Amino acid sequence: MADQATFTEVAMEFMPSLYSAALRMTRNRADAEDLVQETYLKAYRSFGSFQEGTNLRAWLYRILTNTYINSYRAAQRRPELADVEDVEDLYLYKRLAGSGGSEAGRSAEDEALDRFTDDDVKAALEALPEAFRMAVLLADVEGFSYKEISEITEVPIGTVMSRIHRGRRALQKALHDVAEARGLVGSVPGVSRE
Amino acid sequence: MNEEVPKGQQESEGTGRDAAVDTSALFGPSVDCVEAVHELYSYLDGELTEVRREEIRIHLDWCGPCGGAAQFEADLRKVIANRCKDRVPRTLIDRVAAAIDDESRQHDAKH
Repeated sequence: MADQATFTEVAMEFMPSLYSAALRMTRNRADAEDLVQETYLKAYRSFGSFQEGTNLRAWLYRILTNTYINSYRAAQRRPELADVEDVEDLYLYKRLAGSGGSEAGRSAEDEALDRFTDDDVKAALEALPEAFRMAVLLADVEGFSYKEISEITEVPIGTVMSRIHRGRRALQKALHDVAEARGLVGSVPGVSRE
Repeated sequence: MNEEVPKGQQESEGTGRDAAVDTSALFGPSVDCVEAVHELYSYLDGELTEVRREEIRIHLDWCGPCGGAAQFEADLRKVIANRCKDRVPRTLIDRVAAAIDDESRQHDAKH
């Protein structure tokens, strides 16, 4: 049993990462703010059932995810069925490596990674279909294990793993598309990427 | 990638300089580039068994291209995490604090 009086002390520090996750889920600021507020209120009300000593951050993400699915996705009559296309392994690496590094001691692919802006990465992640977006977000941005993600999203661990892996490859293609559109890769005359 | 000669091949053919060489001689042939790349995500996520993890690690140490790819995937992961941060609006922090305050007072009033 956790004491409600200690809730703000222990839970408020997670707001930045919960807010970022909420933004990636809802893809708009107003909904993200409402989602975070609702999550904190629900967490406060049920804090008595939180087992002290277990993972508070994972518990908060579980409430965030449930709230998002129940309240913010409820408008959609059918849950999103969209799939990601199959993208080959190492999609981005194969296209960025050797694409013409300029600084001594730095590889072309490292330089290319540095050129991605916050907006590039956020847009690429937010372009993923929901199930894949959630899996990649929880794994790569929030650093949860497959088991934790399975518990947070209530999805079997094998499905979680498949979504993370396929979602990552799709994200790489989306990032590459962004890079190409902005002329970050493949724009050097006479340099072949293949 | 398969055509690349692994960095550690000479050692594996019998120079036997240190313990790592012995392990490589045992496990090296069991993982090829296709397997290593296929299991790269699980490896980086720390989701493999200890034995499998070591087998993949040895391959990545040996094989320059696969090692480079693994490093890139790890770097990309960091870029994604670092680029997905957002500033929490001050108003949201205040709103949440006020909502919880409200809730606790309502609760106290009932009891």
